[in-house]
Amino acid sequence: MRTTALIKRIILEVFRDKRTLALLFVAPLLILTLMYLVFNGNAVEPTIGVENVQQPLIEELEKADIHVKEFENISDPKETMIKHELDAFLIVENDKPTLTLLNSDPAIANKLQMKIKQLIGAKMQAQLLEKNGMKIPLQTEDMVKTEYVYGSSETEFFDVFSPILVGFFVFFFVFLISGIGLLKERTSGTLERLMSTPIRRWEIVAAYLVGFGIFAVLQTIIIVLFSIHVLDIVLVGSIWNVILINLILALVALSLGTLLSSFAASEFQMVQFIPIAIVPQIFFSGIFPLEGMPGWLQVLGKIMPLYYAADGLKGVMYKGMGLADISFDLYILMAFAAVFIVLNLFALKKYRKL
Amino acid sequence: MNETIAIENVTKSFGKKTVLKDIQMSIGEGTIYGFIGPSGAGKTTLVKMIVGMDRPDQGAIDVLGKRMPNLEMLQEIGYMAQSDALYMELTGKENLTFFASLYKLSKKEMKERISYAASLVNLTEDLNKKVSAYSGGMKRRLSLAIALIQNPRILILDEPTVGIDPELRFSIWNELLRLKREERKTIIVTTHVMDEAERCDFVAMVRDGSIIADGTPQELKDLYQTNSFDEVFLYAGRKDS
Repeated sequence: MRTTALIKRIILEVFRDKRTLALLFVAPLLILTLMYLVFNGNAVEPTIGVENVQQPLIEELEKADIHVKEFENISDPKETMIKHELDAFLIVENDKPTLTLLNSDPAIANKLQMKIKQLIGAKMQAQLLEKNGMKIPLQTEDMVKTEYVYGSSETEFFDVFSPILVGFFVFFFVFLISGIGLLKERTSGTLERLMSTPIRRWEIVAAYLVGFGIFAVLQTIIIVLFSIHVLDIVLVGSIWNVILINLILALVALSLGTLLSSFAASEFQMVQFIPIAIVPQIFFSGIFPLEGMPGWLQVLGKIMPLYYAADGLKGVMYKGMGLADISFDLYILMAFAAVFIVLNLFALKKYRKL
Repeated sequence: MNETIAIENVTKSFGKKTVLKDIQMSIGEGTIYGFIGPSGAGKTTLVKMIVGMDRPDQGAIDVLGKRMPNLEMLQEIGYMAQSDALYMELTGKENLTFFASLYKLSKKEMKERISYAASLVNLTEDLNKKVSAYSGGMKRRLSLAIALIQNPRILILDEPTVGIDPELRFSIWNELLRLKREERKTIIVTTHVMDEAERCDFVAMVRDGSIIADGTPQELKDLYQTNSFDEVFLYAGRKDS
């Protein structure tokens, strides 16, 4: 069988090329681990400077995991903050508190600002009530009981983010390796030579899908198992559904990679497709909320395969959805793959008209 | 003489550029037919259309009585392109085996053909080396062996002896002559080397997409009243411009 011969050759070639093997199987795990470590770093406790602040409030601040340093007669709080590496500075003059924020990281600054304002507000309220002869315990934390639809109070950004990441790595590496695989065949002239044998175009496309598909399957399973068992990424739904989504996604990546490689004349030109075909997909994969984007931009996101894969993966891994809930995503992904495969058949016509 | 390849009024253009104009040609069984002419004359385009990788815009090409392009006919055509087109990560033997398995060959035939083709180009000793370790000449020889692998009735060789040393070139030509004589193979060769042109039975001079002269090497020399083929080449070029 011609297809079998071609598949065997592809597998043999990948095995001979140790770097490609490493890129397929080691690189995704390495990056995933790195991301995990970066995102799961412990939050640093902020330090603030205070002047003319009453002792009870300082105690409250310290209870809320904020380091407090006391200062006196500071004329320029900003200079003091930079000198003493403070995240914020709180001065009370004539009972009016002024808060200066370092704001080198807006997210941290916002969180700190909210915390301090809350504490000051609660304190003032308590003082007011005390003046009126009432006494209530200061309990800001337990006043509202919180429940969660998905995840828990322990949920971290990485938990929501990681299903998308798993899908992205499968997509990216399969895209790159299958694309460059077929490209090598084009640039070395072997594709032309193949076309001078009685092989049919569909046999070539099928062999590429199966040959690289085998590696994609292995890679997908390794990435999924590694993320769940080693990195301990949240998995509420079934692991089989996760693997299923990723396999179909790999098929999309495979057919897109080989298709785009027909528009590239060199490996470098193949790499040039990454900012056009891959990077935008990250923006629409759900890492940034799509709801806030203008309508036309949302439509753009919906023509991207990674959008559906990320939606499905997040559904299964984080929200615990079943096969029925994600079937729409799967159908769309299969439609993408089908379209790309047919286009591949036409793209090969460039080399032989029949 | 049985006709193997018939080219009738073939015209081909890429975009606005006409690459071949009204080519007419008949190639008989058991002959070596040489296409000579400067680079860019359209030799490779013509050869690719005979293989059936491209369609003529006008006219038709028949190979063994079948209109090209035709997938079945590719079993009978051994094609060697200008570039070596080999899998560098694989050994010589793996390359031969791979291409052999794309044709209809029995296991036994395949084995025989691989050892025959390898010995023909003197590569038997190096078959288990990776192609990336081959010299330029060795790659060219392996490429030629692949063109012969399915024992085709027609051989189409695009500049087969580029980068091959004179001794090996001599033995390859002897083998081509033997294939022609004993196995009645039809062989088309494009070449820049004029002494190779002289070994062909017929020669067509291709220039700017047209055949400006064709005939036996002796006829061409008589036409231009010269004894050297280099001069035929030069005269033919000048006459046209």
